[in-house]
Amino acid sequence: MTWAPITVDATHFYLQVYFWIIVAVLGGLFLLMTFVQGGQTLFHTSKTEMEERAILNSLGRKWELTFTTLVLFGGALYAAFPLFYSVSFGGAYWVWMLILFAFVLQAVSYEYMNKPNNLIGKGAYKFFLYFNGVVGMVLIGAAVGTFFTGSNFTYDPVTRVLEWGTAKDGFNLRGLEAAIDFKHGAWFNLAMGVLVFAAARILGALWLINDIDNNEFPELIERLRGVVKRCFVILLVALLVVLYGLLTLKGYAYDIHDPTGKVYLEPGKYLHNLLSFGAIPLILFLAGLVLFVWGVFVTAFKGSNKGIWFSGLGIVLIGIIVFVIAGLFGTPFYPSYADLQSSLTIQNSSGSKYTLEVMAWVSVAVPFVLGYIIWVWYQMKKQGPITREEIQDPESHAY
Amino acid sequence: MHVDLTMLEWARAQFAMTALFHFFFVPFTLGMSFIVAFFETIYVKTGKQEWKEITQFWQLIFGINFALGLSTGIIHEFEFGTNWSTYSWVVGDLFGAPLAVEGIVAFFMEATFAAISFFGWKRVSKGVHLASTWLLAIGSNLSALWILIANGFMQHPSNEFGFFNIDTSRLEMTNFWALITQPVAQVKFLHVVSAGYTLASIFVLGISSLYLLKGKHVEFAKKSATVAAAFGLISSIFVAVIGDEHAYEVANTQPTKIASAEGLYVGERGAPIVAFGIPKNLKATEVTSNDEGFVFKIELPKMLSLLGKRDPNAFVPGLRDLVNGNSEYGIWPLSKLAAVGKEAKNDLLKYHEAKKAGDTAAMEAAKADFYKVIWEDPKTGIKLTKADLIGYGYFANPNIDPNLIYPPVPPVFYAFHIMVALGFWFILLFILAYVSIMKGTFVENRLVQKLAVISVPLPWIATSFGWMTAEIGRQPWTVFGVLPTAESVTPIALQNVQATFFMFLTAFVILGIAELKILFTVVKNGPKGAH
Repeated sequence: MTWAPITVDATHFYLQVYFWIIVAVLGGLFLLMTFVQGGQTLFHTSKTEMEERAILNSLGRKWELTFTTLVLFGGALYAAFPLFYSVSFGGAYWVWMLILFAFVLQAVSYEYMNKPNNLIGKGAYKFFLYFNGVVGMVLIGAAVGTFFTGSNFTYDPVTRVLEWGTAKDGFNLRGLEAAIDFKHGAWFNLAMGVLVFAAARILGALWLINDIDNNEFPELIERLRGVVKRCFVILLVALLVVLYGLLTLKGYAYDIHDPTGKVYLEPGKYLHNLLSFGAIPLILFLAGLVLFVWGVFVTAFKGSNKGIWFSGLGIVLIGIIVFVIAGLFGTPFYPSYADLQSSLTIQNSSGSKYTLEVMAWVSVAVPFVLGYIIWVWYQMKKQGPITREEIQDPESHAY
Repeated sequence: MHVDLTMLEWARAQFAMTALFHFFFVPFTLGMSFIVAFFETIYVKTGKQEWKEITQFWQLIFGINFALGLSTGIIHEFEFGTNWSTYSWVVGDLFGAPLAVEGIVAFFMEATFAAISFFGWKRVSKGVHLASTWLLAIGSNLSALWILIANGFMQHPSNEFGFFNIDTSRLEMTNFWALITQPVAQVKFLHVVSAGYTLASIFVLGISSLYLLKGKHVEFAKKSATVAAAFGLISSIFVAVIGDEHAYEVANTQPTKIASAEGLYVGERGAPIVAFGIPKNLKATEVTSNDEGFVFKIELPKMLSLLGKRDPNAFVPGLRDLVNGNSEYGIWPLSKLAAVGKEAKNDLLKYHEAKKAGDTAAMEAAKADFYKVIWEDPKTGIKLTKADLIGYGYFANPNIDPNLIYPPVPPVFYAFHIMVALGFWFILLFILAYVSIMKGTFVENRLVQKLAVISVPLPWIATSFGWMTAEIGRQPWTVFGVLPTAESVTPIALQNVQATFFMFLTAFVILGIAELKILFTVVKNGPKGAH
């Protein structure tokens, strides 16, 4: 089955590119916000109740950021690329359901954990936060991995029949095969999952070091610096596997000018994408890596508490480039290894030109949204880090 | 597409469960966000510590519910993809846009300013804090606006803002402004948010009354009850007024819903409203009079015609007319609608076969047939094309029972009537409370206090039944008259849906009980040291 891109209209195409860039930016910002999830897996670094509450209150004031970014990421994909929304969420059913489950539990845990009479006890809510931080991050990483390795589906746009698990030698675990089907890149997906998890943990530790009073909690801060060092080693291993995969895996490709939209495999496709546009993607990717590593270095070895800002900016750049090379330059962003021609590209899975135009106008609001988010962060942080006094203040809404 | 009907029912049950659970918290937080903002405004204006205590107590209760409301909301957004993927693709162009706008302009505002409102008491100035509390309230209500715009489209898809594109085989947007200003969505939004304000007001009035009955926190309770009674009185009256307008919109856009809600099997001029009754679940095609449809009923003559058509003598179609047709009033039978819908489906297939073969002439012919005007309103000039009826093509199978074209009568009837009855009770309760407060006798008026306490759970019943009226009443469509529910679901094995159903059910039961226990503890402890 071969099906043509929805349109060859130039304006429509540029809007599709524009929205993929927005998705990439949201993806990058989402990766930054995962410091909340990463931080949630660091409760064991606290040795006293006060240290634990310092971690809880630092993350609890930011938990909504990952959550809202995920919601917005979903909303933007729904509006701009509804076929992806339909195929991926309906197809990789279990992956998304488990991610959802992990996030539903998260929000409540902060609010309920230390409330008297909370039914299942503090430990259960803490487990929910670990679950969100580990399972949620690994699954999201693995799901992003399938943007490169492909998924096991066929789709007919006319009859709207979606079949998941049709490859003769494949599995039908509604998305979970991405983590066990090694013939189709499960090793890459898992490495991506570990990479996202390790990055989230490093960002979480960097955030806590920045947000908790270093003078009042010196031992906790030292233990968190240790986490940064250890997780960085894990991250490096996962990163090497991912980079090896990106350079050696055959990439999915199509010609944006070909009205049939025929998809084929191309060796070194993702490296080619990195070298596109005068190697700007590669330069930004490397800049992101350098910033991320610098943030880790100054925190782990120089005693700085500002590492989150370098590593945070670095991860945003890395995230943007990862999404850019997955979806632009004639690359199907949601490829199918069961049937190459069912693969989704920004052209054949997008909303109509009119809807994208309307949404482009709406997207003008995004800088304002970013503006007030930064303002709120500034307002909350300008009074200094989180202190014992604030946590114990009966008038504060502390967790 | 072959759909496992058992799976379809499980998918529906799962969505109903998550929606209902989510809806326990959302209207409450919509109302509480404003009540908290009112209290904080008074605190900032007067500078009195007691108002700060009041604000923080109700904010704590707001926060407990806000967390669960926010977290369950995400399930909805993603469930459209996981369980209703065909729906998502067919209508994503129209439905996804308001959802994305909600995320950008409302949800972020709500969540971001919640951080200052909850945690900024000592970190920002009074003015910044108050502004954040108001922005949190505005953001919450804007979220509801965008979601209900999306829902309004599902209730009444109109040619004014969308059309079925033969090339992409899906509904596409043509006018965003028309989509967001559609009357069905606007009245629905006003009805839902004002119901939320009423709900929160009754909660605050009820808890304040509980304290007064126990002789605890008397000054706190008096002040809280005063604000709640004033806000609740205005809100509850507005709910009824806008509810009437909502019913009028529904009667003119979803005749099967209003007929089911009133148990009207046979259309009548000067149709009555059933004030009280026990309806039967009959097949409309076999009913000959409206009396057959009830075990027992008490009617208010001509009121349904007045409500639905703004004319006490107007004709209101019954379910039988909507299935069998009624030539006197220009109502087409289902068989005719289905036949045209089937033709539209065939034109669509012909178009795509011709496209595949590269036969341009055949493509144009099929397209012309597909968009052929089959009816035109002589008064308004509104045209109906075959494409508009493509959804009815799914009912062209002679083996399909035509009585499936409307929702089951008893659940819609009971949900609607209980909601309306409770709505009137809330107005009466607020009048009693407000008059008592104005007279200065509320602290001693144990009868009103007891009534307020007993009434605390009732608005949750009313809002849930209101939601059921709207959503069960829309069946068998996800997008009314365009996309049947059976065609919207993700084709997936039954076991997957059952497993996720129980996964979420377990989580909801545990979290729901936990939330209630925490809530009871907070209420028991009272405003002192609320945080």
